[in-house]
Amino acid sequence: MGSAFLQDAIIYLAAAVIFVPVAKRLGMGSVLGYLAGGIIIGPFFLGFVGQEGKDIMHFAEFGVVMMLFLIGLELEPAYFWRMRKMILGTGILQMGATTLLCFLALMLIGLTWQAALACGLALSMSSTAIVMQTLREKGLTKTESGKSSFAVLLFQDISVIPVLALLPLLAAAGVKAASGGRAGLINHWSGWGQTLVLLAAANAVVLAGYFIFVPFLRFIARIRLRELFTAAALLIVIATAYLMILVGLSPALGAFLAGVVLANSEFRHELESNIEPFKGILLGLFFIAVGASINFKLIIDNPLKIAGLVCGVIVIKSLVLYATGRVSGLSFDQNMIFTVGLGQVGEFAFVLFAFIAQLKILTAEWSDMMMGATAISMTVTPLLLMVNERLILPFFGTKKAPVEKDGDLIKGEHPVIIAGFGNFGGTVGRFLRANGVAATILDNDSDRVEVLRRMGFTVFYGDATRLDILKSAGADEAGILIAAIDSPEINGDLIDRVCREFPNLEVMVRVKSREDAYELLDAGVKNLYRESLDTSVRLGVDVLVKLGFRRYAALRAGQKFFKYDEEALRTLAEHRHDRDLYIFKTREQIELQEQLLAIDREKVPHLQDAAWDDDRGDS
Amino acid sequence: MNKVLILFAHPRFEKSRNNRALLAGVEKVEGVTINDLYEQYPDFHVDVDREKSLLTEHDVLVWHFPFYMYGAPALLKQWMDVVLEYGWARGSGGDALAGKIVFAAVTVGGARDSYASGRHHQHTLREFLLPFAQTAALCGMIHLPPFAVHGTYRLTDRQLDAHVSSYHRLLKRMTAGGLPFESIRSYDYLNDWLQNEEEHS
Repeated sequence: MGSAFLQDAIIYLAAAVIFVPVAKRLGMGSVLGYLAGGIIIGPFFLGFVGQEGKDIMHFAEFGVVMMLFLIGLELEPAYFWRMRKMILGTGILQMGATTLLCFLALMLIGLTWQAALACGLALSMSSTAIVMQTLREKGLTKTESGKSSFAVLLFQDISVIPVLALLPLLAAAGVKAASGGRAGLINHWSGWGQTLVLLAAANAVVLAGYFIFVPFLRFIARIRLRELFTAAALLIVIATAYLMILVGLSPALGAFLAGVVLANSEFRHELESNIEPFKGILLGLFFIAVGASINFKLIIDNPLKIAGLVCGVIVIKSLVLYATGRVSGLSFDQNMIFTVGLGQVGEFAFVLFAFIAQLKILTAEWSDMMMGATAISMTVTPLLLMVNERLILPFFGTKKAPVEKDGDLIKGEHPVIIAGFGNFGGTVGRFLRANGVAATILDNDSDRVEVLRRMGFTVFYGDATRLDILKSAGADEAGILIAAIDSPEINGDLIDRVCREFPNLEVMVRVKSREDAYELLDAGVKNLYRESLDTSVRLGVDVLVKLGFRRYAALRAGQKFFKYDEEALRTLAEHRHDRDLYIFKTREQIELQEQLLAIDREKVPHLQDAAWDDDRGDS
Repeated sequence: MNKVLILFAHPRFEKSRNNRALLAGVEKVEGVTINDLYEQYPDFHVDVDREKSLLTEHDVLVWHFPFYMYGAPALLKQWMDVVLEYGWARGSGGDALAGKIVFAAVTVGGARDSYASGRHHQHTLREFLLPFAQTAALCGMIHLPPFAVHGTYRLTDRQLDAHVSSYHRLLKRMTAGGLPFESIRSYDYLNDWLQNEEEHS
């Protein structure tokens, strides 16, 4: 292993480790942190990475490949079918209109119609990587804007296949297809031939998925070596990508198709958990590479041209997106998130522009500028999202604070704050309200916020982990904060922040899993409410009743078990530190279960209940 | 013809040989309803409306419970506290239960002779059951002496059988109506009255 490689690795990893936490602290997403890190270490600032940035980009594109594999994996055909109208409707509208407008605009500034059409198609793509990452971090994936974004991105990702197939035709119609550039077996074939090969390759991946991957994975799974399965999963992704490159196709698409095929297999979750960490780190690397590859020289030489290009593209895309959002019935807030979120040009544009340049549809200068504009638009998106969140929505959309009629919160009037009003927080809130306790609610789904306000709740709209929102919701005066956000990560952030900034608040936490509970116990949080405990025990009690136990006996058994399990949680939380800290999470889970079962066997309370025994009574 | 409601409270019925024997077949006696409180309200959340309408429908109430620590299991006390509402069962306008017959049917670990002044338990069973008697009085009900099965953990099968058949006879007698209250009240236990009635018939 060359020391140059290690040096690069250090630079990239250090950039990630330094800039991402800073960005998170400043309330920006991780994507912006990666991009900023990339710009700083890039050739125009510190120069730690120079022209090889492009190579890194190829390497890091693998993050995108893996992401698409995972997206494919999550796409069950049934789900796809349920969303078909949304995907097709919003997708066609967005891509069609964006391509058309960009096509016209580029024709106006003097590109050939082939070049204008090819660029229009490339520019209509948005960045799945940026958008999905951002939505997940903000906990917006389940809102209307999240669903619409996913539908549009999915349509774009899928349509890259026909677009790639179409481009050689444009070349054939214009300049003669040229060899050179990125090597592909089919570069010297005619346009029609290439198109056919591309379609054939896509079909080959699907067939390989069914007839090779699944039997192969079954074989590997029988060997029962965890790392071997990880290796096999990586092998499938990389081999698919390689084959696609070999025939001159987008590796990301091959991986996407492979993912879709495997989504129906029994290995779906196993594959997901194996690929996920690689995806995360490579995607980070990809964002860094995007930052590093921004050609500031080009920008300095043609500042107006580039600025015009970036602004023009973002404006056109945003207009189309906003219209699309309106047509599909998004409310203003949701539509703004949707519009601003998808306003950039995505990573597939890099692939497409490279292919377009290679087909000589576009001059090298133009394609460099296009790629520059793409990278800049990607960098700008997180900033625009922040502007939208902090400046636009508070004034034009669902107001951050409740409407005037509620007036300012009177000190001590709302002693309880509920962060997250989904199924869990919603039930708590309804229960409290039924008993005359008016809680203040924090939620980041603007649609839900509207409804709740109409129902007379005091609702603050926005990211509950933000200090200003917590303050305006009265965190200084309140007594209790209920952390009930669906995503354990965001909930964890919230708890950290609240414990630091508002020591006055008693924090009561919704906890999803035993592992999360351990972490919170370590952090000193006392009031834990495990989602999985009460309900499961209640169900168990009902099972006992159905099996013929007396109801009261079953209920008591449940109460005893509940108490025992809470105690066991706290005991095990302390012992946990005695053991090796770094065990894979899934493995840790299994070990925990094993420990629990072992202790259960020794001292789990059951019905050997000495109380009320008639036959041994003494009175 | 009277309708009899057995308000049965036993937290460990499944473990109780005596009470299972006493109640076996009781629901087949015409006019008798068993209200199994611990099965009905394991979480102590007593449905007051349901209980009230049950009480209204019946003429004879039986507080049937194992005698633990000189009293009734907690749920029966809970039942009395929440169901016998002021203004309904007692107090001004509270006459919903007036004129109904009520008595306790208890299983007791200690022998009958150990419940007496100077003996192991120092007091009679009827003294321990005083709150039930006075509650009945408060609600304007006709209170009868208890039916008691003593020495539960030493009963032979034959002794238990005898208790079971006398309990069933008692319930039938209650449904038949025409009860000589004055005469019954002169006995310590309903068991004694039953036996006496049997000997004379």
